[in-house]
Amino acid sequence: MAFFTDTTVCIGCKACEVACKEWNDVPSTPLELTGFSYDNTGGLGSESWRAVKFVEQRLPEIRQQGAEGAFVAAGQQGPDLRMVGTDGFAGTPDELDLTRADGDGRALAVDAAAGAGDFRWLMASDVCKHCTTAACLDVCPTGALFKTEFSTVVLQDDICNGCGYCVPACPYGVVDRRPDDGRAFKCTMCYDRMKGDMTPACAQSCPTDSIMFGTWEDMRAAAGDRLEEVVAAGLPGAQLYGEDTENGVDGCGAFFLLLDDPEVYGLPPDPIATTKDLPTMWRAAARAAAAMVVGIAGVVLVTGRRSQR
Amino acid sequence: MSGARPAGVRRPGTRRPRVRGGRGSVVPDAEPRSYYDLPIVKAPVWTWEVPAYFFVGGAAGASSVLAVVAEATGNASLARTARLVAAGAVAASPPLLISDLGRPDRFHHMLRILKPTSPMSVGSWILALYAPAAIGAAGLDVLGWFPRLRRVAGVVAAGLGPALSTYTAVLLTNTAVPVWHQAKDTLPAVFAASSTMSSGAAAVLVRPADPTARAVAVAGGLAELVTTEVMHRSLDDDVAGPYGEGDSGQWGRVASAATAVGTALVAFAPSGSAGRAARRLGAVGMLAGAAATRWSVFRAGFASAADPAATVGPQRRRIAARTASDRG
Ligand code: SF4
Ligand code: SF4
Repeated sequence: MAFFTDTTVCIGCKACEVACKEWNDVPSTPLELTGFSYDNTGGLGSESWRAVKFVEQRLPEIRQQGAEGAFVAAGQQGPDLRMVGTDGFAGTPDELDLTRADGDGRALAVDAAAGAGDFRWLMASDVCKHCTTAACLDVCPTGALFKTEFSTVVLQDDICNGCGYCVPACPYGVVDRRPDDGRAFKCTMCYDRMKGDMTPACAQSCPTDSIMFGTWEDMRAAAGDRLEEVVAAGLPGAQLYGEDTENGVDGCGAFFLLLDDPEVYGLPPDPIATTKDLPTMWRAAARAAAAMVVGIAGVVLVTGRRSQR
Repeated sequence: MSGARPAGVRRPGTRRPRVRGGRGSVVPDAEPRSYYDLPIVKAPVWTWEVPAYFFVGGAAGASSVLAVVAEATGNASLARTARLVAAGAVAASPPLLISDLGRPDRFHHMLRILKPTSPMSVGSWILALYAPAAIGAAGLDVLGWFPRLRRVAGVVAAGLGPALSTYTAVLLTNTAVPVWHQAKDTLPAVFAASSTMSSGAAAVLVRPADPTARAVAVAGGLAELVTTEVMHRSLDDDVAGPYGEGDSGQWGRVASAATAVGTALVAFAPSGSAGRAARRLGAVGMLAGAAATRWSVFRAGFASAADPAATVGPQRRRIAARTASDRG
C-alpha cells in the first residue's frame, strides 16, 4: 500500500499531523515558534510522524523556475500562463495565485487588492517514505524494524533497544530516538488501521485529499495522471518524487507531487540506501585489516630479528 | 528532531547556500538550495561512549595481533603485555556500548539475530566472540594454566582483532551522513592505523625499552598521520568542511599534533631513564592522538548532518553526472 501526497492542493491545515498524533498516541511537542514560517514542526522526528512544510517563494524565484524548470524544453521561454486553464486562470504571472486552487485543482487568480500576488506558499505534508530498500531496516541490529505484508516499514517498540543506528542511516532523516524514552519511533502508515481495512489517520483526515492512500499501483497511476494535469496547467517545476522504482532506495511507499526541486522542501534530491554500498565498504575494511596485520607482523619480525642480532 | 528548534536560520524563504564545487567532479558545480537551511539527514543520537568504544576496541584488536606475532618471534614479555592490554581494553567495551543504548536493559536484543546488512549486528557478534578469547588468553597467561588453550585463545583473538578494529569504520560509513559515507574507502584505513598506533603506544607505556613495541607504535603513528590526511583529501569540498572548522576540526588538529609529537618522542628519545620517561610521555601522546582522531571523526558527522548543502551538493552532482552520461 502507498501514500501519494499531492502537494499542489495542500492548504497547510495540519489536520494530518494532529490526526496522526491522536491515533498513534504520539506525545505532543513543546509549543514553540520557529520564527521562519508557519512551519512550527520543523521536520519529521520521533514526535512528528507527519510534518507539513511551508515554503515561501517570491515571484522572481517562481519566474526563474519557470524558465529553468524541469518541464520547460531548452530554448523555450517558460510557460505562458495566460494559455493555461479556462476559468479564472487568465492573466500575467503576477495575477495568479499559485497557492490556491479551484474545485478542479487549477490555480486561481490573485485578489490583487489583497496584495497576495508577489509570493506563493508551497505546502507539503512529509512522512516516512517506506522505502523498498530501507536503510533503517537494513542496519537495525535487533530486528526491531521489519517489512509488513503491506510492503511498509514498521518499528516494533517492544524490540528496539535504542541503539540509535537507524537515525543517521535513514537518507531522508525520518526516524529519531525519543530522548525521554530511549527508543526510536517513526510513521507506521497506521499498520493497525490497515490491518482493520481502514485508511491511515492522516489520509482519512486530509480535507483536500492532498494525502491519498491506496494500493501502490493505484497511487502510481493517480500520481502520473495528476502530474500530467499539473504540467498541462503549466505549473513550473512540477515533478514526481519517490515514485521511481529505480531510485536509490528502489522505490518508495510514499511519493509526492512537488512544485519545485525536492531540496526546497527539505527532501534529499537523490537519496540512496547506503547499505547498497556495503560490499565495497566491507572490502575497504578487509583491506585495512589485512594491512594492519601485515604491518604489525612486518615491523615485529624486522625489529625482532635486529634486536636478536 | 523532536521538538528541537533549528539553530542558525538565516533568513526566511528558500536560499542558495554558498557554492563550493566538488573536487574532481566531472560536472558543473551544483547550486544546492534548501528548506530554511534545516538539516536533511538526522544527526546521530550517540554520545561520547561510542568514540570511546572505537578507541578501546581498536586498541584491543591490534594488541591481540601484536601478542601473537610477538610470541612467534620469541618476545614473550611483549606478548604478555599486549595480551593484557587487549584484555583490559576489551573489558571496557561492553559497558561503553551498553550505556550508550536508549534502553540499556535490553542490550541482549542485539544478539537476537545476526544480520549481515547491519555492521552493528556483525560487530556485536565479533565483540561477543572476541572478548572471551582475549580475556581468556590474558587470564590463562597470568594464572599460568593450560598454555596450549591459552595459545588457541590468543590466536582466535588475533583472528578477530583486525575485524574488531575496522568494522567500526564501516558502521559509520554505512549511514547517510555525508562526511562519513563519502569516506567509505578511506575511513577503515584510518581506524586500522589508529588501532595499530594505540596497541604499540600502550605497549611502550608498559615497556618503554622494548624496541619492537616502539617500532610498532612509530609505524602506527606515521600510518595514522598519512591515512587521516588521505581521508580528508578524498572528500568533496562541500562535504569536508567539518574537518577544517568547528570542534571536529579542532580535535583533528589536536589529534595530529599529539600523534606527531608522540611519535617523535617514542622514535627519537635516547635510552636511559630520562629517555624512558620521554617515551612514556610520547606513548601517552599517541594514545591521546588515537582517541582524538576518533572523536574528530565522530563530531564531524554531527556537523555534516546539520549542513543541508553537504547532503544536497553530492547528490545534485550525482544527478548531473547521470544526466550527462545519459546524453553522452
Ligand atoms: S529509511 Fe527512512 S524513509 Fe526509508 S523507511 Fe526507513 S525511516 Fe522511512
Ligand atoms: S534504535 Fe531501535 S529500531 Fe533503530 S536501529 Fe536501533 S534497535 Fe533498531
